[in-house]
Amino acid sequence: MESVFPLLEPLLPRVQKPIQYVGGELNSTVKDWDAVTVRWALMYPDAYEVGLPNQGVMILYELLNERPDALAERTYAVWPDLEALLREHGIPQFTVDGHRPVGAFDVLGVSFATELGYTNMLTALDLAGIPLSAADRGPQHPLVIAGGHAAFNPEPIAEFIDAAVLGDGEEAAGEITSLIAEWKDAGSPGGREEILYRLARSGGVYVPRFYDVDYLPDGRIQRVVPNRTGVPHRVHKRTVMDLDGWPYPKQPLVPLAESVHERMSVEIFRGCTRGCRFCQAGMITRPVRERSITGIGEMVQRGLDSTGFEEVGLLSLSSADHSEIADITRGLADRYEGTNTSLSLPSTRVDAFNVDLANELSRNGRRSGLTFAPEGGSERLRRVINKMVSREDLIRTVSTAYASGWRQVKLYFMCGLPTETDEDVLEIASMAHEVIRAGRAAAGTRDVRCTVSIGAFVPKPHTPFQWAAQAAPDVVDARLRKLRDAIQAERSLGRAIGFRYHDGQPSLVEGLLSRGDRRVAAVIRRVWADGARFDGWSEHFSYSRWMDAAAAVGVDVGWYTTRERGENEVLPWDHLDSGLDKEWLWADWQDALSEEEQDDCRWTPCFDCGVCPGMGTEIQVGPTGQTLLPMPTVRPALASSG
Amino acid sequence: MARQPEGPPPPPVAQRVRMRYAKRGRLRFTSHRDFTRAFERALRRAGVPMAYSAGFTPHPKISYVGSVAPTGVASEAEYLEVGLASVVDVDRLRAVLDVSLPDGLDLLECVEVRAGSDALADRIDASAWRIELPGVAPADLAAALDTFLATERVEVERLTKAGRKQLDARAAVVGASASAAPGQDGCAILELVVRQVTPAVRPDDVFAALRAVAGLVPAVPPRAIRLAQGRLDGGGRLTDPLAPDRAADIPATEAAGGPRPEGQAVPSVGSTPSG
Repeated sequence: MESVFPLLEPLLPRVQKPIQYVGGELNSTVKDWDAVTVRWALMYPDAYEVGLPNQGVMILYELLNERPDALAERTYAVWPDLEALLREHGIPQFTVDGHRPVGAFDVLGVSFATELGYTNMLTALDLAGIPLSAADRGPQHPLVIAGGHAAFNPEPIAEFIDAAVLGDGEEAAGEITSLIAEWKDAGSPGGREEILYRLARSGGVYVPRFYDVDYLPDGRIQRVVPNRTGVPHRVHKRTVMDLDGWPYPKQPLVPLAESVHERMSVEIFRGCTRGCRFCQAGMITRPVRERSITGIGEMVQRGLDSTGFEEVGLLSLSSADHSEIADITRGLADRYEGTNTSLSLPSTRVDAFNVDLANELSRNGRRSGLTFAPEGGSERLRRVINKMVSREDLIRTVSTAYASGWRQVKLYFMCGLPTETDEDVLEIASMAHEVIRAGRAAAGTRDVRCTVSIGAFVPKPHTPFQWAAQAAPDVVDARLRKLRDAIQAERSLGRAIGFRYHDGQPSLVEGLLSRGDRRVAAVIRRVWADGARFDGWSEHFSYSRWMDAAAAVGVDVGWYTTRERGENEVLPWDHLDSGLDKEWLWADWQDALSEEEQDDCRWTPCFDCGVCPGMGTEIQVGPTGQTLLPMPTVRPALASSG
Repeated sequence: MARQPEGPPPPPVAQRVRMRYAKRGRLRFTSHRDFTRAFERALRRAGVPMAYSAGFTPHPKISYVGSVAPTGVASEAEYLEVGLASVVDVDRLRAVLDVSLPDGLDLLECVEVRAGSDALADRIDASAWRIELPGVAPADLAAALDTFLATERVEVERLTKAGRKQLDARAAVVGASASAAPGQDGCAILELVVRQVTPAVRPDDVFAALRAVAGLVPAVPPRAIRLAQGRLDGGGRLTDPLAPDRAADIPATEAAGGPRPEGQAVPSVGSTPSG
């Protein structure tokens, strides 16, 4: 397959940051097109600088390229300047590895971390010459398969995709590849319909065309049923149980262009048992599966050797919860002492232990900022969302942080949570004031800062809040204004407090796409045709364009967003199984409304969310009792010759 | 009391090494910032014993010397100098580090700096460029060049982050010649020797000037490559800035004592803090 690079190259001097389109990253791979059977184009539907560090794409890219019968190349959303030039010169959407046309691949896998990438997928399909509607595609077109967290409700894009995979992709991508290889080797019998049927029948792939949706007269869904025999009534999410068996990425990609994460990441566990009711990631990635301390040590070492990064991030949804986190941080800090390698832990847990870990990781480095996420402004609201932190805990924790040399504390909150009132949000102001007062006392200096960062809450599928009414943008924006005024009301304290917020309008569109059904596709198609691109970027997002598009196609945005759902309503994603028991989710929603907390099942008995028995498993938690041994980190290659 | 880094200060510089590298092919689209990140990662992968600055955020000691080729322009002659914490074999360093850099960012030369050597920046005040202009007849380029060279001052406009900037693209051009690309019909070659002044005059500015004085407009973007940087000698040629370091037996005092042209700024771009 010919490279389009000779056509692209003369255009590159005319676009912003051309380096993002040339490929050639360290650890990237271009395999022989004709030597393999199954060719994947993997897309992250956002700009290169955001998409390149994505772990999901990196893992699948490496795994698929390791197979002798497959190859994988990457493609990202092109910025509007290049999009215009590609259209003008008739150049298709291309991969950055071999600069091959995306339309020539067997599969286009699109990883959706957020629903705001939907319009970028349409741009890529259109530039690739792939019909937007899956129904219009022929044997020459790639299968378009969605993955990522947004794929847990792919109904709003059901029209545009051929299939979706829920959950972990490591095993699923391999199984899909094998099914396609077998089908192609047999001469592609039955065409597109047949391979999709085989994928659907395998049980782990959702093929929307094999399910019919019926609606009630009032617009709610009556039922979703398979229209082909042999297709499962519910499609289950995929879960990789042994993380040590999947130490990917082994050789992380190192971009030449600057990206949003200038570091190497190692996922230390998957899943979360904290049970924060707003958190879709925490719900849909259960159960907890830890990578062992030795497995983490090996990944860090191999990754640093193959990338040259100077920072390693220990990633997970709540990294301080790893059963051996203290040994991991101490072991890594010891091992890399004196090598100018820094380690970081996304710190959101509000307790002194978290500060100890952060201190260990910054032993010899600058202590600039620590981040905590109380999420809800009042203790009452934190009981509703099940993020139990008392005000005293928070003040004690930040005092410890300031006393150990940290100068800035960031506090993350959400606005528009279920049952929230103005008073709940205004408590954030007095809490921030107290943080500064306590911080000045603990640090012995007035030079301490606190940043309050707050965004609008979006109810997500497969969470206890999936039934909740989303707060309207004007409600959110009014509360944020009141909060800002309250923070600044105490002038001497307010000056030390930064206030960052995201207004409510983009969140409403995200809400429409998150809990939408198949009828929302018309809005996406219309708004894309009207020019919507890069909806996750405030400089490109247009609220009025979305609202106009919804009105033009007769979709009531309020019905999908600010309407509370009833217990018996069929939700658009009910036929997609995240492992969570719907009755348990409803019970947890009722507990939320009566302000009752739920314990963390990592430390307390099972509360029957449904995941473990459904998957015949249990949470996979250490400790292993292993430790990290010191390791010679200076290689002898360049030692002086004499 | 502000925290201080614990432990002893970083080891001092034991060896200084000057390097010439190339930016080739599609990696000519790397910006200078892109290069600096790629280079620092290559140093770490190769296990080069870099010397670091002190403080909470230690930086490896790397100084970029001369002017930096603009994003999108290839080069065979980019220069930098590094400080190492221990002495290494420079030939081995070149080989190991070149393998560690991505293909297209190629390390061409490494020379050890001897005690008392003069600054590399003092050995660079001009660049030689070679520019392919596909679709332009060599005779048309020659005619445009004649007009350009006969003009004393050619104001051109450049779009920068700070807005539009006016600059003279003529005075810095010390030499220019037109020829035909061997074996390519209708492709002219422009060779330029341009003094490194502030603001810098780049190949793009010369194209803008050729358009302004002679209406020369290439149909496709010209492809420029920097062939050399160095000091202009009396004959309008460039001297090799690494030659004094390569010639092991040159007494340090002689190398340091050479005359320096007056009134010429020699920009040093992106050098890292040395403290």
